[in-house]
Amino acid sequence: MPMRRTLGYGALIFLTALFVAPFLWTLITALKSEAELYAYPPVFWPERLRWENFSNAWTALPFTTFLKNSMIVVVLSTLGQLASSSLVAYGFARFQFPGRDPLFILLLATMMIPWDVKMIPLYMEFNYLGWINTLKPLIVPAWFGEAFFIFLLRQYIMTIPMEIDEAARMDGANAWQIYWRIHLPLMAPALVLVGTFHFMNAWNDYLGPLIYLNDQTTYTLPLGLALFKGLHEVDYISIAAITVILCLPPLALFFYAQRYIMDNALGSSVKG
Amino acid sequence: MAGLRIENLRKSFGAVDVLKGIDLDIRDGEFVSFLGPSGCGKSTLLRSIAGLEELTDGAIHLGDREITDLPSAKRDIAMVFQNYALYPHMNVRKNMSFGLSLNGMKADEIDRRVKDAAETLRITELLDRKPKQLSGGQRQRVAIGRAIVRKPQLFLLDEPLSNLDAGLRVTMRAELAALHERLGVTMVYVTHDQVEAMTLSSRVVVLDKGRVSQFGSPLELFHRPANLFVAGFIGSPKMNFLPVRASGADGARVTVSGAGFRQPLAVELAAQAAAVDDLTLGIRPDQMRIGAPETGHLTGTVRLVERLGTESHVHVALEDGTALVIITDGTHPGRAHDRVGLTIPAEAAHLFAPTGEALPRKLDPDTERLLQV
Ligand SMILES: Nc1ncnc2c1ncn2[C@@H]1O[C@H](COP(=O)(O)OP(=O)(O)OP(=O)(O)O)[C@@H](O)[C@H]1O
Ligand SMILES: [Mg+2]
Repeated sequence: MPMRRTLGYGALIFLTALFVAPFLWTLITALKSEAELYAYPPVFWPERLRWENFSNAWTALPFTTFLKNSMIVVVLSTLGQLASSSLVAYGFARFQFPGRDPLFILLLATMMIPWDVKMIPLYMEFNYLGWINTLKPLIVPAWFGEAFFIFLLRQYIMTIPMEIDEAARMDGANAWQIYWRIHLPLMAPALVLVGTFHFMNAWNDYLGPLIYLNDQTTYTLPLGLALFKGLHEVDYISIAAITVILCLPPLALFFYAQRYIMDNALGSSVKG
Repeated sequence: MAGLRIENLRKSFGAVDVLKGIDLDIRDGEFVSFLGPSGCGKSTLLRSIAGLEELTDGAIHLGDREITDLPSAKRDIAMVFQNYALYPHMNVRKNMSFGLSLNGMKADEIDRRVKDAAETLRITELLDRKPKQLSGGQRQRVAIGRAIVRKPQLFLLDEPLSNLDAGLRVTMRAELAALHERLGVTMVYVTHDQVEAMTLSSRVVVLDKGRVSQFGSPLELFHRPANLFVAGFIGSPKMNFLPVRASGADGARVTVSGAGFRQPLAVELAAQAAAVDDLTLGIRPDQMRIGAPETGHLTGTVRLVERLGTESHVHVALEDGTALVIITDGTHPGRAHDRVGLTIPAEAAHLFAPTGEALPRKLDPDTERLLQV
């Protein structure tokens, strides 16, 4: 059926173009001169690709500091998210204890509370702890798990036959060793997923840093980016340049993670 | 190595009593099967021994240790699971050595044991593969290997062959028997396949709804079933049952007859007999004989003849509708709708009291001698 195939590829190419277009537009904008940016009729392709826009934007503000802050937040909170969510998920999936199911429902219910509602109480709490203007409010909560990730990982663990735990128990493993040596490795595909999700959220987070961080030395990349939007003028070219840079790590991570997740999904479904 | 003694073991899941007081004494080095229909509690009993289920009541001794409250790992018991339960992310070598290294065994000792077990099970060339790269039979071997490297005092196997195809099942059955012979360790084997139970075990525990129905050698179960349940469960096709009443008793001899009997049947028992109503007469399909109509004890109509080559299974309905199966030779000329006479040899008859208990049966000397071994 070559006709249907052609149509199918056509549709795919069209959709790809649709999704890639904004990114490409941003990239092209980042390479333009100021004159080209405001030219009318609009110029699509700049006369010269101004790669120096990138280094100019980067040095216009202390972006190296922002990058360092972002890395600290993202790495530490992702680690925390993986550790805490998987541990809690293991507890919910594998242990019988009184009140387990109501607790789990309660946990799921927290997903329905919008961030906006929690914002002020959280601010007050962190203020009380003296954590305002530090990176802690952006890192520490991730070490206490996240309902959605816990749910995801719990479902994943529940697909692992109970007999594997029992075999490990008979082999002399305690509950912690079963988690660490059996479940954690088996959960790897789900952990990659959770890690990727959390990484992207933390990397792109704007509102959190905005309310907790006042001092430029503590700013993360999205906050730094916003500094280009001054009161009177907006530096579109620098915004575009930094935005492009900001997109690269999640893109790279996504490509890596996607292959990993797909491999595992196929590997386990082909042979029971 | 050690024997296993279970006293009054009870297990309930909530309000459901699954095991209702199990007493067993399994000798050191014995191969014992738990046999019974689905849901009778075989796996639960095995898991209780393994320490994977908390007991409601009772005690378990392994050798001279009481292990009732010990955690699984301290019991010195290894278990082979029905679905193998291999660790999917570890290769065969790691799967087998996981327990050993957890217990802090030295690396060279682990290597030696894994190597020995792999040779015994002929899986040496598979040591670096992951479970998903193995066939069912190979996975089964690895699961057994994981159990034997620990050199446990007791082996538990829960339907280890049920996921294999028929041919492989027969091969693995022979290998298991050889393995038991070689290791000499006590093995407890769960199955619902009576051929497996009968061929592998020195003794079989027949479980019925959470109780031990009978514990004996395969031939004892076959020739001296303790009750109706065992009589009906062991042997294929099933034993035929007919309601009868004892019209007279004389010493150990009891005369029985029932609806449709053309002549009474005099059965010799191994103990003093009494005249009782409501007995059940049991007769194995291969013991009944088919003859011309109006001969023998009963008359019936052939409903169906299943021809299996070496033998034929003749399904006969009596006048009152009772269905019987008789095994005849493969060339028996019977056909559906034939009227036939059925003869019951008195020495092949089993009698069961109204409670379902068997009346003590007198066996011919040859069979008796066979049971003594
Ligand atoms: N965790 C449990 N909770 C409640 N009931 C259970 C549980 N495990 C087993 N049962 C019940 O106990 C009974 C015995 O189960 P068990 O698994 O021991 O049977 P089995 O003899 O091994 O059967 P099969 O031949 O089908 O494996 C069944 O009726 C089952 O429903
Ligand atoms: Mg079972």
